Amino acid sequence: MRIELERRPRQSALFAIVSPLLALALTVVFGGIMFALLGKDPVSALYSFFIEPLLEVWSLHELAIKAGPLILIAVGLSVCYRSNNWNIGAEGQFTVGAITGSLLPIVFYEWHSPLLLPLMMVMGALGGAAYAGIPALLKTRFNTNEILTSLMLVYIAQLFLDWLVRGAWRDPGGYNFPQSRSFVSEAVLPEILSSSGRAHWGFAFALIAAVAVWLMMRYTLKGFQIVVLGQSERAGRFAGFSSRGMVWFSMLFSGALAGLAGISEVSGSIGHLQPSISPGYGFTAIIVAFLGRLNPLGIVAAGLVLALTYLGGEGAQLSIGVSDKVTRVFQGLLLFFVLSCDTLILYKVRIVFDRGRKLAGRSAS
Amino acid sequence: MIIEAILLTVITASTPLVIAALGELVTERSGVLNLGVEGMMIIGAVCAFAAAQASGSPFIGVLAGVAAGAAFSLLFGFLTLTLVANQVATGLALTILGLGVSGMVGESLVGVPGVKLAPIAIPVLADIPIVGPLFFKQDIIFYLSIALVVGVNWFLFKSRAGLKLRAIGDSHGSAHTLGLPVIRTRYLAVMFGGACAGLAGAQLSLVYTPQWVENMSAGRGWIALALVVFAAWRPWRLLAGGYLFGAVTIGQLHAQAFGIGLPSQFLSALPYAATIVVLIIISHNRRTTLINTPASLGKPFVPDR
Repeated sequence: MRIELERRPRQSALFAIVSPLLALALTVVFGGIMFALLGKDPVSALYSFFIEPLLEVWSLHELAIKAGPLILIAVGLSVCYRSNNWNIGAEGQFTVGAITGSLLPIVFYEWHSPLLLPLMMVMGALGGAAYAGIPALLKTRFNTNEILTSLMLVYIAQLFLDWLVRGAWRDPGGYNFPQSRSFVSEAVLPEILSSSGRAHWGFAFALIAAVAVWLMMRYTLKGFQIVVLGQSERAGRFAGFSSRGMVWFSMLFSGALAGLAGISEVSGSIGHLQPSISPGYGFTAIIVAFLGRLNPLGIVAAGLVLALTYLGGEGAQLSIGVSDKVTRVFQGLLLFFVLSCDTLILYKVRIVFDRGRKLAGRSAS
Repeated sequence: MIIEAILLTVITASTPLVIAALGELVTERSGVLNLGVEGMMIIGAVCAFAAAQASGSPFIGVLAGVAAGAAFSLLFGFLTLTLVANQVATGLALTILGLGVSGMVGESLVGVPGVKLAPIAIPVLADIPIVGPLFFKQDIIFYLSIALVVGVNWFLFKSRAGLKLRAIGDSHGSAHTLGLPVIRTRYLAVMFGGACAGLAGAQLSLVYTPQWVENMSAGRGWIALALVVFAAWRPWRLLAGGYLFGAVTIGQLHAQAFGIGLPSQFLSALPYAATIVVLIIISHNRRTTLINTPASLGKPFVPDR
């Protein structure tokens, strides 16, 4: 038995839509098998993982809280990946954005002003962009692989945050807990509908970013440059596009969105800095970007799905007693299935069983 | 002797880097970029630890780690070689899945006292002062790491099969036209990389810190990837680079213990910062990088028929 691929003359529009759904379905099936192996009833486990979080209003708010940073980061990453720049250090840019954004409410903690919140958001985005600028600088100036440098910077950013909240920025009145002062109310990102749940404006930022990038990719020259340079750097250069400029643009842009996600999360959901501010949003966003097929609107849907795996994991831990580590497994499986199903878009896949045809083919050629 | 003790820990810290990077070196020489080293390593670590626990024998643990790493890499091979999926994204998927699965499998193993792989003293040689205890009274994985460097170097540059593998990595189109089995060779290279990463993981959970801690690979898989670039895809340079990184890791640990006034977090960040610095030094000369990099690295291959 062999698997043969035949290139389609053009991308299959049908499978472009079917493939992510197929990947989701396969993940659910495999998830069921995994639950069965863990000795749980697969149907009720899957129900409490994927359906239960959607049944209550407060829970939908939690979904939006988790989907916000995922979508925001993934939209930025989609620009990077489309242009063939592999920023995988969004987790670090998220962390640095959270730190630079928190500078004002922590250092000038007595400053009350309506300017505070917008300034925090801007500083968060700038911090994330600056941090993503390091791999961009190294790639354009020294030809260094951005995959490795951006990832190494994640570890450094997390250690720096750890040092800050245990050292210089530790709350003097916090009984030695490793966390910063709590933000004043002017520094807290408000809730969208405070009557029904906790979801804050970070989710709105994510939707705005998704629509803006969608418009950019579709209607602007920049969007065209991104696609052309991503598919063929040579073709882009003939058209007079700068591939160095694109490295800078895509890295700074995705860094800014990751930084904004970082400060939104800290300001909207946590309210202070602490050693751990993210359950791996920066890495999960990579899955979101691919599940959304690098299309900003697809990413919104994908972000909600991945947010559901976080919520489902927390819920399943309480209701059926499986470890919340299941979430990571689900996410990894999902990315695998997405990548394998994407083959169907570019290729016809044929499974060849008989050996006779192979021999016949050989004698013919 | 304190110097000797420090050198011993340097060797223990360097061995997993050398082994994992060596596997990736062979994979990349065949033209495949597998970014899933971290994932294969952690899977190897958890399987080795669990098997050693269950059987009581660390040797069975080592075998389990190797087998698990190789089996896990097949997943990557199937996606990128058979289904021609994007290698960068698939490698990331392997890392994410590996960290997730190892966390779940290892949950019941947290805090369980481990089985340490005992050192094997080589008669006569182990009695040489200083050199003996350092190099001839080590565990089997250390000996294997040196043997692998020698073996891979011979394979790549002295054997016919190695020449074919390099040809496939440099131009899969021409190699295919000449009738070389591109896909099969790459599968084997990917599996060798997986087996090595699994062995490196086994070293972590059976020698370096004989216990299971979630995410215990702590970015070593990524450092191994950087090492391959640093080594310009050459085994002997890779050995030197691995020991350089091991020395940085251990140096910062001892600096933390002595308390040299720098915050511990800054010292912990040193190996990662060193990786970036080394990458800059190695990559800044565009021409030498181009000469050394396997020309087909990371590019998809679909045989035409």
